[in-house]
Amino acid sequence: MPRLLLLAIIAAAALAAPFYFYSVTLMTIMCFVVFACSFNLLLGYTGLLCFGHAMFFGGAAYVTGYLLKTTSLSTELAVLAGGAAAGVLGALIGFLTMKRQGIQFAMITLAFSQFIYFVFLQAPFTGGEDGMQAIPRNALFGVVDITSNLTFYYVVLAITALCVFVYYRVVHSPYGEVLKAVRDNQPRVESLGLDPEKIKLVAFIISAAMAGIAGGMKATVYQFATLTDASWPISGEVILMTLLGGLGTLTGPVFGAAIIILLNDYLAGFGEWALVSQGVIFLVVIVFFRRGFVGELAAFKRYLARRSARHGTAAAPGAKTAEARG
Amino acid sequence: MSSLAISKTAPTAAPAMLSIQDLNSWYAESKVLHGMTFDVREGELLTLIGRNGAGKTTTLRSIMGIVRKRAGSIVFSGRELVGKRTYEIARLGIGYCPEERAIFSSLSVRENLFLPPVLREGGLSDEALYETFPNLRARGGSQGTKLSGGEQQMLAIARILRTGSRLLLLDEPSEGLAPVVVKEIGEIIKRLKAQGFTIVLVEQNLRFARQVADRHVVVENGAVVDILTNDELAADMGRVKTYLGV
Amino acid sequence: MFEGITSQLLFGQVLLGLINGSFYAMLSMGLAIIFGLMNVVNFTHGAQYMLGAFVAWLLLNFLGLGYWPSLVIAPLVVAVFGMVMERFLLRPLQNLDHLYGLLATYAVALIVEGLVRYQYGSTGLPYDNPIPGGINLGFMFLPYYRLWVVVFSIVTCVATWMLIEHTKLGAYLRAANEKPQIVEAFGINVPKMMTLTYGFGVGLAALSGVLAAPIYQVSPSMGSSLMIVVFAVVVIGGMGSIVGAAVTGYMLGVVEGLTKVFYPEAASVVIFLFMIVSLYLRPAGLFASKESV
Repeated sequence: MPRLLLLAIIAAAALAAPFYFYSVTLMTIMCFVVFACSFNLLLGYTGLLCFGHAMFFGGAAYVTGYLLKTTSLSTELAVLAGGAAAGVLGALIGFLTMKRQGIQFAMITLAFSQFIYFVFLQAPFTGGEDGMQAIPRNALFGVVDITSNLTFYYVVLAITALCVFVYYRVVHSPYGEVLKAVRDNQPRVESLGLDPEKIKLVAFIISAAMAGIAGGMKATVYQFATLTDASWPISGEVILMTLLGGLGTLTGPVFGAAIIILLNDYLAGFGEWALVSQGVIFLVVIVFFRRGFVGELAAFKRYLARRSARHGTAAAPGAKTAEARG
Repeated sequence: MSSLAISKTAPTAAPAMLSIQDLNSWYAESKVLHGMTFDVREGELLTLIGRNGAGKTTTLRSIMGIVRKRAGSIVFSGRELVGKRTYEIARLGIGYCPEERAIFSSLSVRENLFLPPVLREGGLSDEALYETFPNLRARGGSQGTKLSGGEQQMLAIARILRTGSRLLLLDEPSEGLAPVVVKEIGEIIKRLKAQGFTIVLVEQNLRFARQVADRHVVVENGAVVDILTNDELAADMGRVKTYLGV
Repeated sequence: MFEGITSQLLFGQVLLGLINGSFYAMLSMGLAIIFGLMNVVNFTHGAQYMLGAFVAWLLLNFLGLGYWPSLVIAPLVVAVFGMVMERFLLRPLQNLDHLYGLLATYAVALIVEGLVRYQYGSTGLPYDNPIPGGINLGFMFLPYYRLWVVVFSIVTCVATWMLIEHTKLGAYLRAANEKPQIVEAFGINVPKMMTLTYGFGVGLAALSGVLAAPIYQVSPSMGSSLMIVVFAVVVIGGMGSIVGAAVTGYMLGVVEGLTKVFYPEAASVVIFLFMIVSLYLRPAGLFASKESV
């Protein structure tokens, strides 16, 4: 019951939010929530560190933008097409890289993303360094006008909710259990007659497609797509979001994305300090809080539960608030 | 259990070179040793016998500090080893020959042989070494892992003899080798004992153990369940065979 | 199709390729050495290369120390920075999943690059060529400094190779790459060895940075994109082989130079294309040993 209540509160807050906060910031956060969820699926649940996730994000932004500019395809289909394109790219890259284990995967995917970046830099349709501008928001389902930011906010909210739901279902499906098994004990999975390479490849494709949907959304929110979205600092940023939120936690990416986007917004005027502060947060999380925001909260909750079990019910109210937030 | 160990070690004259008291060890979260207690006297050859997974190899790895998480006490020549890092332990004069032999494939036989630095005086000279292991001289230039299993085992033992270590920990040197090679290794181990090395030998091969050892420590579920002299073992093979389940 | 190509252009680009290859070789060698022993992909490598150039620039502008002393001092300074970083950041992370070590080096790269950019801006700072002039070879003009870079880097790579393959110290390193615990059980201080090895790899990166200073401008971002290309080089060569890393570096530098002559549009991606093809044909890398798959 409290779980349903919590969901209802979140839903109500999300529906009311654009009347109290700047809707573009909110939409940006949601794009990165989806992006970070896709990344968490890969690193947190499968143990694969992709250091080039921006290629899916930025690549899909171009695909979605290009379709919207040159065809009359409706917006939701264009975003979906962006995701599909990213999934295909993910399949190609995954096929080539799955053989390299562990830590090398990071450098290979980074190199791949740089390759894609250079291709975008030179390809005529992307607009090069100027980016792809004036991307229209074609009517939803071909009929509903969504040009205003307020209306569009609810479209983004719906897509985000759908993606988070899919992410939740994948993590909690039998397939999600297999993913965790691959992460924790690959030989064991092999001994059960499963092919870990194939399992990881599928996870990589799902993750790439989801990152693509996030990128496609972002292109329609800002109505332009740039090289920045496909560049390696974005790949680093999504890692930071996921790590900060809590690797392998369900709600971690939401917190991680929100914190980093708000921080970036705040530090936008301070030039290089955004870079430095990201590095510092990275270090602090790696050295002191490896469980991330949500993971540490859960640990704190367990600690309180243990303490209240020992000292009667004195600490119970504290445990309740921790639960509500987690 | 500990009273048993003490009663078996107390009466003899030679002082304990290595004294293990209530040793507990963990691999990550799982506890492998549960209060191991035994002594090794100067100049003796002691075997650790027991079934697979009883904790014999872990005992050696705990002495060396390769298993980091351990509690209890390991005193070697008056110094506590628990809490020290592996290289510090080795420098006190303990030579370790691991079960998997650990010959380095990117090193030649000669490089493998001379890799462990001389830590103190009293090790075998290069000449004495080649006298004991003539094959190693002839094959000095070839890749370490190109040697036969027996030669690799010889190399793994040979390389810890130069360093001046007085205590040798040998993990199943007879494993997977042809009988004739096992015999040869037995001869070498006897010779090392005669030269004054103190040796702890992990062995599953009872016949091999009986030929070389002074005493046998029987390990089960990470603890010492019995300690016998070689004569006691010969007199009562049945007892030990029940321990080993053979 | 190739009518417009003069020998001047051809040899010029091959030489330019060799120069780029010199940097690729030295940087990928350092990366491979660090990875071999510590299992850490050093994402600070690019920033440390930049720091090498930068320290040289600082030495010149604040202490009046020229190129030649900087060639020794700057790599040492950056190596000390690297060793401090290894000792107090990477070592505590050693027993965790290696991805934390990797991300820690990335974090340091962000901080270093951000701080340098904050202090000195993003535009390049000029560094004077210490060996001006050149020689006319008839078909092309060869600047002395570029010749020096190629020769110096080849000597450095060969010396590093000799050190690793033919000395006792190198034997320790090779052995510890395979089985660090056993090497430590022989009484060798492996943790200290890791600190020194990291320092050495970082020093190589900084040395490349000093070499690069007179050719390219000294700028905060000079390292990051170069590092990604070097990652591709290392992937092609195979992580397991230190020699392979260096050879692949020179080779790909030349390939890149030739691409500039024949199909300039592809020059920036040719190394990545090579990586894709080699991942398909030789998934373990060109010079891979058995263990490095």
